[in-house]
Amino acid sequence: MDWINLAFSIGGATIRMSAPLIFAALGGLFSERSGIINIALEGKMLAGAFAAAAVTTLTQNPILGLIAGGFAGMLMAIVYGIFVINFKANQIVVGTAITILASGTVPFVSQILFQNTGSTPEIPIGNRFIYTPIIIAWLLVISIWCLFKFSPYGMWHKFAGEHPDALQTSGIDVIRTRWSGVLVSGFLAGLGGATLSICLSSSYTRNMTAGRGYMALAALIVGGWKPITAALACLAFGFFDALGITLQGIQIPKPEFSIQFLNQIWSFFVSAQFIQIIPYILTITIVAGFVGKSRPPKALGQPYLRNR
Amino acid sequence: MNIIRPIAATIIGLFLGLLVTFFAGENPLNVFLIFATSGFGSTYDFGMTLTYSMPLILTGLSVSMAFKSGLFNIGAEGQLTMGALAAATAGALFTSVPAFIAPIFAGICAALAGGIWGGIAGYLKAKRGAHEVITTIMLNFIAAGIASYVTVYLLKDPNTQNPQTIPISPNYKLETFAFFDSAPVSSALFLSVIVAILVWIFLYRTPLGYEIRAVGSNESAASTACISISKTQILNMFIAGSLAGLVGVGEVLSRAECFKLDFSPGYGFTGIAVAFLARGNPIAIIFSGFLFGALQKGASDLEIFTHNVTSDLSLVLQALIILAVSADGLWEKILSGKKVKL
Repeated sequence: MDWINLAFSIGGATIRMSAPLIFAALGGLFSERSGIINIALEGKMLAGAFAAAAVTTLTQNPILGLIAGGFAGMLMAIVYGIFVINFKANQIVVGTAITILASGTVPFVSQILFQNTGSTPEIPIGNRFIYTPIIIAWLLVISIWCLFKFSPYGMWHKFAGEHPDALQTSGIDVIRTRWSGVLVSGFLAGLGGATLSICLSSSYTRNMTAGRGYMALAALIVGGWKPITAALACLAFGFFDALGITLQGIQIPKPEFSIQFLNQIWSFFVSAQFIQIIPYILTITIVAGFVGKSRPPKALGQPYLRNR
Repeated sequence: MNIIRPIAATIIGLFLGLLVTFFAGENPLNVFLIFATSGFGSTYDFGMTLTYSMPLILTGLSVSMAFKSGLFNIGAEGQLTMGALAAATAGALFTSVPAFIAPIFAGICAALAGGIWGGIAGYLKAKRGAHEVITTIMLNFIAAGIASYVTVYLLKDPNTQNPQTIPISPNYKLETFAFFDSAPVSSALFLSVIVAILVWIFLYRTPLGYEIRAVGSNESAASTACISISKTQILNMFIAGSLAGLVGVGEVLSRAECFKLDFSPGYGFTGIAVAFLARGNPIAIIFSGFLFGALQKGASDLEIFTHNVTSDLSLVLQALIILAVSADGLWEKILSGKKVKL
């Protein structure tokens, strides 16, 4: 293949692959900045992906589908919020449970609606988004950056995650702020899933999120819990994803080292398997402070007890 | 009171989960009967229930071990992948190991590989301050990538289209019991139970176990008592990882006889449920692991006997049980007899 074509196809794929990550990472941002750990992003995305595809199929209207995806994510977020905010359950345990719940409930509903747990019916091209969600994603990045930078609403979220007592003292309810963070988070993660099923592909397929929720969480951490850097991290992760997929299809030049071992090392480093784990290795090196340092919100993961 | 909560949570979770099948046009009671017959209907079914329980007991122990020193091991999935891969690699490459020692050798490889995988997260937590939840999630994906590379490029079985490694040599194989028909129940069954008892002895009857629990319950007090926090955390994650790695023994030496890519239906994540339902008690984990194993096996026949309910129901039940047992605030209110207010 011609190198310029290759660069364009990887570039285009990067922008497309990163869109669902951006939605989910922004969702994670809302909940984590307000102090609620969000390892349930994966489950919320999965619910969103299914609901979007199902509603688009049933109503022939992708806009309704996209909105349904957001609300499906929000529904998961409501369950999550009740347990972690009101019942003060452990956020990591419940987060895992929500992802398990979504991966069990989605095929259950899919079977009832479409008599198929594996996928929803194919959506015709006219009923799919070509690029709208990608533009929405980037507009959201900028508006959420402004929201956190300039508005009191954004400030409340930051304080709910950094110093909840101060926020409560100033007359803003921490629990309510965290609830709004969790709900927005669920909606955005749901939109991310919807992007996956009705923009990047033509239907929902079983477990189609394939770890993207966790990857979005990683991007959020790599981006230091800030919207613009998190979006750039999503772009970088999307690039590795696109590169890995592209490399599976083409012949890679193979230098012949005189030592057999070096040849094996080389083929490992250019394999799709390796390129697809680069984002995770990168995230580990960053959270471990080997390259830069990412600091989480101070009160992240601590349940808030009113009337202390 | 300690035992009321998990039992009540299980009943609530099962009840709600079965109630959901009503919406799929099934009789919940009927679904429950399918669960029971499919999990315990024959010696084969019971054998398969045990087969599913063994890895869950080990991953449950792994999660609970890490939690004793206050660490969250979301990485049992990656650790068991590395463990199984190591056992399969040992079995495929070191064919000349004598038969009486070969399974033990493979077991040590599995425990070491899982242990190193857990130990990395422990090291990063203790020395670099990296949150273990993040690192273990990332290590899961890295393990999956490595396993996929090894399976597809280095040790691919040329005789099949499936992504699996070349079969282990016969001296590694564990004899399966004829009693369970063709269900792959071997002496690896006892391994899970023995390991659970050993973990209990380790945690509650040895100084090292005491140190781990001390770090988990009060880090600053432990530190004042000259317990090295970082050493304890690294060691603890190593042990937790090696427990998960042992899943490779039953899975590779008696079930698949090779490493199959994606063999685990999320044992590592279900292990979190197993550990929490048992409130971290190693002996109770034997029972909760068995319960979740039975749920998994019980759900496997749902496709055949119902129109609309599939084996995915076991995931719903799992999630509901975790949710029911984890709602600390709610349980405190219920148990203290106060009025529940949201």
